[in-house]
Amino acid sequence: MSFIPGQPVTAVVQRIEIHKLRDGDNLILGFSIGGGIDQDSSQNPFSEDKTDKGIYVTRISKGGPAEVAGLKMGDKIMQVNGWDMTMVTHDQARKKLTRKNEDVVRLLVTRKSLENVVRQSMMQH
Amino acid sequence: MDTDSIHSGYSHHSNRSRGSNKQSERSSRDRHKSHSRDSSSRSDKNVTISASSAQPQQPDQSSAPTDAQDDNWGETTTAVTGTSDHSLSQEDLAGFGKETEGPVEKLNCVRFLPLALTLILGLLVLITPLSFLVLPQLMWPERLQACGTACEGLFLSLAFKLLILLLAGWALFARPGRASLPRIAVFRALLGLLTLLLLLSYWLFFGVRILDSQDENYQGIVQFAVSLVDALLFIHYLAVVLLEIRHLQPCFSLSVVRSTDGETRHYNLGQLSIQRAALVILEHYYKDFSVHNPALLTAAKSRAAKHLAGLKVYNVDGAGSDAATAQSRAKIAAAARQRDTSHNELYYEEAEHDRRVRKRRARLVVAVEEAFTHVRRLQEEEKKKPPGDEMDPREAAQAIFPSMARALQKYLRTTRQQHCHSMDSIQAHLAFCITNNMTPKAFLESYLMAGPTLQYTRECWQTRQWTLVSEASVTSPLRHGSEFQLKSSDFSLVVTSKAIPHLKLSEEYVHPKSHKFVLQLQSETSV
Repeated sequence: MSFIPGQPVTAVVQRIEIHKLRDGDNLILGFSIGGGIDQDSSQNPFSEDKTDKGIYVTRISKGGPAEVAGLKMGDKIMQVNGWDMTMVTHDQARKKLTRKNEDVVRLLVTRKSLENVVRQSMMQH
Repeated sequence: MDTDSIHSGYSHHSNRSRGSNKQSERSSRDRHKSHSRDSSSRSDKNVTISASSAQPQQPDQSSAPTDAQDDNWGETTTAVTGTSDHSLSQEDLAGFGKETEGPVEKLNCVRFLPLALTLILGLLVLITPLSFLVLPQLMWPERLQACGTACEGLFLSLAFKLLILLLAGWALFARPGRASLPRIAVFRALLGLLTLLLLLSYWLFFGVRILDSQDENYQGIVQFAVSLVDALLFIHYLAVVLLEIRHLQPCFSLSVVRSTDGETRHYNLGQLSIQRAALVILEHYYKDFSVHNPALLTAAKSRAAKHLAGLKVYNVDGAGSDAATAQSRAKIAAAARQRDTSHNELYYEEAEHDRRVRKRRARLVVAVEEAFTHVRRLQEEEKKKPPGDEMDPREAAQAIFPSMARALQKYLRTTRQQHCHSMDSIQAHLAFCITNNMTPKAFLESYLMAGPTLQYTRECWQTRQWTLVSEASVTSPLRHGSEFQLKSSDFSLVVTSKAIPHLKLSEEYVHPKSHKFVLQLQSETSV
């Protein structure tokens, strides 16, 4: 998941579709995010490259819509409903995830294990 | 006459450009030159001013020759010869002598009238209790009862109380008046009257009840005298509270604006009468406000004159009743329509002046620093050896002065301060700085910045005669919004007072253990 500045970012991503749960007046997704270009990326426990200022999943609530959809802790979110999440501030990311008129969010997430799987499958050939 | 002035003008210019060739003959010629010719030959570049600045407000004959020397000492002191120094100092001394006669004449007896009255009252206060004690002993000694121990105790207390009263009275009242105010000081007059009334009533009582009836109870008489001294001590307490303590708590904030250049200061005063407030403000003026330099104002005046003289109004239709207002309105309208380029001139003139001042300042600083390196304090071990060139501070100052004199004079002329500093005062200041081991920067500071009026010699002080202009009576107390003016001969101080607002302080208790913090390493938002 390392990136070279100036070059396009390439990653193996998984498409995850989360249906928001209605809880009274709020629509909740059931996970917590951390990171952003305005945050301190050296504190991120999930990133390989400590200069990576992307949005990471830091906590999944048990039985929530995110866990049901297959989101794992430590995932890096690359896109939300088509909106880029690799170069956004923390607040912008929160806003893109919590739009009131959207019931479904389609995320593109990446994790280290995905790359390993792809490499292993390529090595087998 | 004309050829003479032109000739001297040329030599003046040439001397400046070349250097110090004909020093002695120029110095003797310049000293006899009249001052107006000096200013005309020197005002080549700028519009300003030596004429107006050098004419002092009091018709002082002495300042003209000293000013002529002041403006030329830079060129004449490159070579220090004994004759030129001595002759200059003699003329300076002569000028100084003439000037001090002026203020002495103004000293009149009215200044000492309050002090005399206070002394008389003090004398009365001292004599009265003693005479109460002594008169019965003199007039009917055989019939008086003997004085017991209680009576002698009363004598002791009377003596000490009188001593305390005298010391306290001396501390509070026996001070030379610091100013003569236009009206009487109300509180002092009231207190004097009260004391007089008290003494009168006691004398009356004494005369009627004791002298006439020739009372034999001496202890009663002594107690009577002690009660008088007690009452006097209480009057003194009242005097302390009214005269000294009441106006200590600040109630009003006064803003003082000088009318010529707008310099403003603010002072906090207590409840004072207008004349006393004016006195306090004047005392602060001499130490806070920078010295009034009329030479700095002539540029604005010349611009104003140009505005006025630019347009002339001719009345074509015959004299009307509102001719004046119509003329002024026409002038204003025409001036607004005219493309006035005086702002352009002002901008470039000021930029040029700043550049020139900075250049001269740089040269001055370098010259002074170099001059100071030539002088060194004599070390202890060198004192024991046979003396070579030992000099006292005045001689050392005179020795190093010529190397910086020219640069200093040029700088003072550019900043138009040359009339405030005479050569003697500069040399005295230099000797003072050398004696106290000051750096060149410390020496220069009084010339680079305009200091308060007290810093300069008496020639630069305008006047000590001030006029208080006020709509309200000058003995009335200060109020919010009261205004008055202190007029001097060429400027005035406009004073307005505002009451200090009533401040409401509330408290907020902070428990010492309530300061708790959490670290926020990364924000985590749950969605």
